[in-house]
Amino acid sequence: MPDTGASDAFVAFERVQKSYDGETLVVKDLNLSLPKGEFLTMLGPSGSGKTTCLMMLAGFETATNGEIKLDGVSINNIPPHKRGIGMVFQNYALFPHMTVAENLSFPLEVRKIGKSEREKKVQRALDMVEMGAFGGRRPAQMSGGQQQRIALARALVFEPELVLMDEPLGALDKQLREKMQFEITDLAHRLGITVVYVTHDQTEALTMSDRVAVFDDGRIQQLAPPDELYEAPQNSFVAQFIGENNTLEGVVKEIKGDHCIVQLDGGETIDAKPVNVSKVGERTRVSIRPERVEVDPQLGPDAHTLKATVKEFVYMGDIFRTRLQVAGNSDFVIKTRNRPDQRRLRPGEEVTIGWLTEDCRALDAG
Amino acid sequence: MTDATGPDKFDAPTPDNAMRMADKTNGPMLSADGTPLKKSLAKALRMQKIRALALIAPLLIFVLVSFILPIGDMLFRSVENQIVSDTMPRATEALEEWDGAGTPPEAVYEGAYYDLFFAAEQRIHTRLGSRLNYEQTGASSMFRRSGRGLDDIGELYRDQFEDLDENWDEAMPWAELMGDPEWIAEQSEWQEGDSQPEFTLREGIADILPKTAEQYENFALFQQDEEENSPLEEEPWSAVHTALYQDLAANDLSSYSGPRADMLIAADELVASPDFESLTFQQGFEEIDEDWVDPEIWRTIKLYSPDYTSGYFLNSVDMELTPDGVQPRPENERIYIMLFQRTLFMSLMITFSCILLAYPVAYLLSNLPARSANLLMILVLLPFWTSLLVRTSAWKVMLQQQGVINDVLVWIGLVADDSRLTMINNQFGTIVAMTHILLPFMILPMYSVMSTIPPTYVRAAKSLGATNWTTFWRVYFPQSIPGIGAGSILVFILSIGYYITPEIVGGNTGTFISNRIAYHISSSLNWGLAAALGAILLAVVLILYWAYDRIVGIDNVKLG
Repeated sequence: MPDTGASDAFVAFERVQKSYDGETLVVKDLNLSLPKGEFLTMLGPSGSGKTTCLMMLAGFETATNGEIKLDGVSINNIPPHKRGIGMVFQNYALFPHMTVAENLSFPLEVRKIGKSEREKKVQRALDMVEMGAFGGRRPAQMSGGQQQRIALARALVFEPELVLMDEPLGALDKQLREKMQFEITDLAHRLGITVVYVTHDQTEALTMSDRVAVFDDGRIQQLAPPDELYEAPQNSFVAQFIGENNTLEGVVKEIKGDHCIVQLDGGETIDAKPVNVSKVGERTRVSIRPERVEVDPQLGPDAHTLKATVKEFVYMGDIFRTRLQVAGNSDFVIKTRNRPDQRRLRPGEEVTIGWLTEDCRALDAG
Repeated sequence: MTDATGPDKFDAPTPDNAMRMADKTNGPMLSADGTPLKKSLAKALRMQKIRALALIAPLLIFVLVSFILPIGDMLFRSVENQIVSDTMPRATEALEEWDGAGTPPEAVYEGAYYDLFFAAEQRIHTRLGSRLNYEQTGASSMFRRSGRGLDDIGELYRDQFEDLDENWDEAMPWAELMGDPEWIAEQSEWQEGDSQPEFTLREGIADILPKTAEQYENFALFQQDEEENSPLEEEPWSAVHTALYQDLAANDLSSYSGPRADMLIAADELVASPDFESLTFQQGFEEIDEDWVDPEIWRTIKLYSPDYTSGYFLNSVDMELTPDGVQPRPENERIYIMLFQRTLFMSLMITFSCILLAYPVAYLLSNLPARSANLLMILVLLPFWTSLLVRTSAWKVMLQQQGVINDVLVWIGLVADDSRLTMINNQFGTIVAMTHILLPFMILPMYSVMSTIPPTYVRAAKSLGATNWTTFWRVYFPQSIPGIGAGSILVFILSIGYYITPEIVGGNTGTFISNRIAYHISSSLNWGLAAALGAILLAVVLILYWAYDRIVGIDNVKLG
């Protein structure tokens, strides 16, 4: 999805900064805009500023500097209850003293919607999350997954155009989480709502989002669709954070267009695609995805290959995960699909490995 | 449970085998060693139960001995009334025949004479007097005077018998006349410090001198047991002479031939002679106190002669037991209903002011960062480390007419110097001081409940469009109710039985029922009434607790 300009953006952060203590910035110069209908995930380790951004958008934290705009209007000084933004919390935050129906009815009541319409909307929202029969229950009488659906229905029942979700699936078990991931994206796309979703789970981010903003150290490290994020990380943090990744450190020897040669610290040379390096002699960290590494590669005559020693072989069902010692790095991992003709490497075996130049990205030294 | 894996290969008892066995036989579930599962479970749990019981046993015994039993004993006093029938057994028995109209029959006076005479010797007649004084004013002094006056009746007869024969006022002749010779022999060898041989009547004497025998036996046993004197050395008290006169007047003893026959026959002749002076018991009582011929006192005694009475409880609710049934007390004597109402009203006021003052503090406490919250908590707990008496006295200093608050008000000109506010020794003072003292009991449960309300609820409500007020009222407040409930019940129950503070700052209009109870325990010594008032107070608290449980639900009360 193309990055829309700030003019027609639905939600926009413009040079937003946030500090709690007046000494350190939790959010440093955040610029982000998303169009209507987008599912954007803020992904990052804890303390990276992603939740703070969400809370500033919801109105529970004020931006120290900069402006947050909703539909072109600055909302910096609008209190949370007037922003009309739906929100789903990590622990669901369903009011324990109200029934499910009362919980859903609450946002409609405070908007002074008539009783019959209220009931209609509550029922429709409950049906939407397949919880139509649970209106009379109390939150404590339901499982985590059921509560999650109700929390979702409550955030949607007053038909907000923007819904914020703060790690909503964090408390669920793996299977339920995967099911809910699908349901949430499906629902969001069906209703055409804009979603800002915060998580520290990269799988969740990759499977659900239109775009992912990777946060670290109060900055967006990369804002891109999931496939781009995985295949073309812009810096070594993103490469490390998203998916499994092998890194080798070295110095740039030669740059020719979109091809460069890196001399590793152990003396070997490899081919790589320059992403974050600009000049010869710069230190770099090259990144190769485990599944893009080939054993005994059939490559062109100029291609560089490396010698590797097999350290460990793990059978994982659909794939084999082999740990190698490569150029002084004993944590070099390769993944191969479990095919009938696939070779199963044995510990101690000596092999040659190689990869396509564009799969090996020379990034910053970190 | 079916076993799909084929026949069992283990013959030894295993849990699986036992379960299969139980299935096959359709009997009770068996444990691995073949005993029924329930039995082995009970056995396994028994040890735990005994351990648990042993752990709480010291406290249980302590509470039972020092708390439950004394309270039970005190509460029992609210209905106990044996003192009347114990002290006046003969009179109360005779009163049963009396219908309450006119003066009671002579038998009643006769019974009362012997009862009160004996009671006066034991020095317990005043106790009965003060007991009856609760029901009829004046009874106490009447009984005190009668204790001394009753001697006059007997002395009339003793003097006449003594004039006839000096021996009638000697110890030994009486003992020979009434006592068993064997006993006299043993008693004469008795030395002070040894245990005395118990007095026994001479055979046949009770048939010819029944009343004298009874009275002399009373006298002899009393001398032996209570005074530790030998009846052989003490001249009998005058009630014995009265009884002798009654016996001689009733029976002809001219044919008597036992010990001291001459003395007795002479006395019999004296009684029969027209010169012998006598008077009825009623006349005797009338001489002591005119009120004894008024049926009023006898009606009261008859009314309170049963062993158990509802009188104390009726008193506690401003009613009284009269010969005409249960009636409200005269207007000017009603006090307790008003006191109960005042206690309830003021306790409610105190609870309510505590809620108002504690809620914001508890809210602040639960929402501050831990550091400031701890400091505030210390401030809240500070009063706990100060003596109750000091805190109450401090309020006296603050609130009195020449006190700090009045001085400040006068100084800033809000109040004229000659019209200083009265803020102490009234209800206002009690409510202020007790609200202050009980405030921590409200803050702590509120705080413990509020600190468990996650802040996300408030955020959720706001994100759903609720204003600050709606968020508080619809989302926060309902979840804090258990804390209010717990605090209220604590403060209310504490204040309803509070004593020291109302005693010090309450004056006349700000005292509680507990102050009245304390008065009856320590000053008026009417323990029965104090017990009845206490029992009613306890019942009120229990009823309120029950009602609270029905309305709010005690499960909703959280103390931590």
